[in-house]
Amino acid sequence: MSEPDDRLALPPSLQANPRLSSWLRIDPFGQVLVRSGKVELGQGILLALAQIVAEELDIDLAQVRMLPAVTGVSPDEAITSGSLSVQHSGAALRHVCAQARSIYLGRAAALNGLDAARLHIAGGEIFDGERRLSSYRELADPALLEVDAALAVAPKRPADWRSAGRSQQREDIAAKVFGEFTFIHDLVLPRMVHGRMVRPPSPGARLIACDAAVVESMDGVIAVRRDGSQLGVVAGSEWQAERAAARLAKAASWAESETLPDAAALPAWLKSLPAVALELASDGPAAPRPVARTHAARYAKPFIRHASIGPSCALACRDGDDETRLRIWTHSQGIYNLRRDLALALGLVPAAIEVAHVQGAGCYGHNGADDVAFDAAWLAGACPGRPVRVQWSRADELCWSPVGPAMAVELEADLDADGRVLAWRHASWSPGHGLRPGRGASPTLLGSWYLEQAFERVDAVDAPRAAGGGGDRNAEPIYAFPSRQVVCRRVQGVPMRSSALRALGAFANVFAIESFMDELALSSGSDPVAWRIAQLADARAVAVIEAAAAAAGWTARARPLGEGRGRGIGFARYKNTGAYCAVVAQVEVGERVRVLDLRIAVDVGPAINPDGVRQQIEGGALQATSWTLIESAHFDRTRMLDHGWDDYPILRFPDAPRIDVRLVGGDEGMPLGAGEASLGPTAAAIANAVFDALGVRVRELPLSPERILQAIEAA
Amino acid sequence: MPAPIALTVNGQPRSLALDPERSLLDVLRNELGLRASHYGCGAGECGACMVLIDGRAVPSCDTPLWAAAGKRVQTSEGLGSRSAPHPLQSAFIAEQAAQCGYCTSGMLVSAAALLQCHADPDDRQIRDGMARNLCRCGTHPRVVRAIVRAAASR
Repeated sequence: MSEPDDRLALPPSLQANPRLSSWLRIDPFGQVLVRSGKVELGQGILLALAQIVAEELDIDLAQVRMLPAVTGVSPDEAITSGSLSVQHSGAALRHVCAQARSIYLGRAAALNGLDAARLHIAGGEIFDGERRLSSYRELADPALLEVDAALAVAPKRPADWRSAGRSQQREDIAAKVFGEFTFIHDLVLPRMVHGRMVRPPSPGARLIACDAAVVESMDGVIAVRRDGSQLGVVAGSEWQAERAAARLAKAASWAESETLPDAAALPAWLKSLPAVALELASDGPAAPRPVARTHAARYAKPFIRHASIGPSCALACRDGDDETRLRIWTHSQGIYNLRRDLALALGLVPAAIEVAHVQGAGCYGHNGADDVAFDAAWLAGACPGRPVRVQWSRADELCWSPVGPAMAVELEADLDADGRVLAWRHASWSPGHGLRPGRGASPTLLGSWYLEQAFERVDAVDAPRAAGGGGDRNAEPIYAFPSRQVVCRRVQGVPMRSSALRALGAFANVFAIESFMDELALSSGSDPVAWRIAQLADARAVAVIEAAAAAAGWTARARPLGEGRGRGIGFARYKNTGAYCAVVAQVEVGERVRVLDLRIAVDVGPAINPDGVRQQIEGGALQATSWTLIESAHFDRTRMLDHGWDDYPILRFPDAPRIDVRLVGGDEGMPLGAGEASLGPTAAAIANAVFDALGVRVRELPLSPERILQAIEAA
Repeated sequence: MPAPIALTVNGQPRSLALDPERSLLDVLRNELGLRASHYGCGAGECGACMVLIDGRAVPSCDTPLWAAAGKRVQTSEGLGSRSAPHPLQSAFIAEQAAQCGYCTSGMLVSAAALLQCHADPDDRQIRDGMARNLCRCGTHPRVVRAIVRAAASR
């Protein structure tokens, strides 16, 4: 399959922000200052982008400084999501730096009366053969970069890379290890005060009464603020704010109502809701061979929490002299998007709000960062001129952050007499995966839905296909089936605030497709690896499957071992346009499933920082192991029940599998993101390994002891 | 004014006239400026706030200040520095054993306590020793490798 060459077209981020100076500045000390619109979420993106800059400019990595993203000065690259930062910001910076290099070379050539073609740059110094002529530092002139991007200069081919493509250590990791790093939680601003929210006991609750007087008189309390069912307190110290919020919670009375579905019957509930159908593929030509048999199966995943280790946190300051001006410090994935929704929700003009990104704890999709920023801005209205720091509680983080949607997937395949697929049918039901701010006419920020003059609760939606989709992500099988029918339904009227969680719909779709592929292979008396390869027309797909199988010492087998230990494979190309990833899992099933080992092969095209790719693939696989084995959001018909890590356990060290990641390919195509590629394949590999171990199939996640017992009893 | 509470923090004697019910984590972060230990859950369930109290790894978020009276408290800042790093700090960097790094301080503290009990821990001992520390980024295999590396380097 031929890939688009990203060297021959201006990337979308650059078309939207064409001025070179908005990305790059070279100072008279030889420092190259870079502004990306993508933000560091713990995924190591700033290092990968710095490596790209160093490569294209022919400077040392140490000369690159990545500046924090701030509205008004940073390019607007919307959201840092979808494993697209290398593809979007990286591609933009490749072009920006290639052009900047050419401009500086041209300048040096003109000053020396030489032809630019004979000059070269190394370590930021410009040479004519052996003779040093000048440097970026000496020529530094901001005016040189006051031009728009043009396609005149192609970035380097990955084959010519010298420093990009090599593993580099992240500077921020050393800073974190030595306790020098400032997370948003660690930020201390002059005159800073502390806010705490008192959230309703359940999503449908309304605040009936609250006697704030007793709290207002508490030591250190600056203000109690109430607007409708949005309630919070500001105090001089964090300790005082905590104490006051606990007291305020006792003083509040709420009217609750049952708004949530039966957690034990999510697929049936999803299918009962009104829906918008997206038809991705319809039947091809009539089957080339007669249909010998039809196989069908139903799969499901529950709602899954983000469960970041750090609770969401933000700081906000209303200008003391002009209260229409607001500054925000946030770990949001999209500073401009957040600014648009803050303006809508607070009745301010966007230009009067400055939103600065500060790194938070790990981010795996749309978490509470935007919501807590609204809370901070709202509380800051009570004390203009003083920055208010708001940190959510663990219970609020688990229960009130947007939640990863539950999904139901039903698959059906017609097979010929040889067991090959003739027709494939996919039907799925899912809430929307996108409730991000800044995309609609009404804000999606949590607190804005609970004000007296509440903003309308909007349904989560899915991005259009070209922008990555949502529940439909990876719904189309990558296999070369003669005929396929794929219908994805986005259900409406969901009481949860569902939104993007790492891999979006690809997690459930790949889990289902790859489980079903195993079922079909085994029902045809075929080895699951060989059977997949026989139906793939994409050589890179075949290569990662073969590499993972080889790493795991896969031996062909067409029936389950059934001895309590098993192995299974899962594969996908993320979004069918991104990284290829195959996972082989080894499991042991006793009272519960233990994943012992994951062998993973991945093709991300030319990797900018190979160790960074490994980190992302490992992390995705580990997180997916946790989702697959133990995670589902808990709730009754009224309340969310995940108040702490006892209620919502995630995988701990004793249960973490060994993981081996191999990068394959790398000489083909453009650099692809790695952050989400391993999640779906890992879930499927584990489920297939459980089948291999037990001879029974569990089609609903998580693969808990209860579910496995049910499956054994039903078999 | 509450009666002062005496304790040692990273080798320095301190006398703190603070409400004894305040959490040790709150005091370390907001009164002493030691912000490497992080708040994760407030219930001692995630390990992001682990500190050593008389050599034992303890969550500081649900430890009241009074419980540390007269004791030696060590945070990850007290383990080592860039010029004199603790073997675990060097090993975490060498293995790049962090992604977001929010839990890293607590990981280092738990690992330091582990190495005090087991100078050369096996895989099971490492995993059990780190069982109280949560990581959501999935750095577990690298953290295990880093602890093995640190043990080998001592």
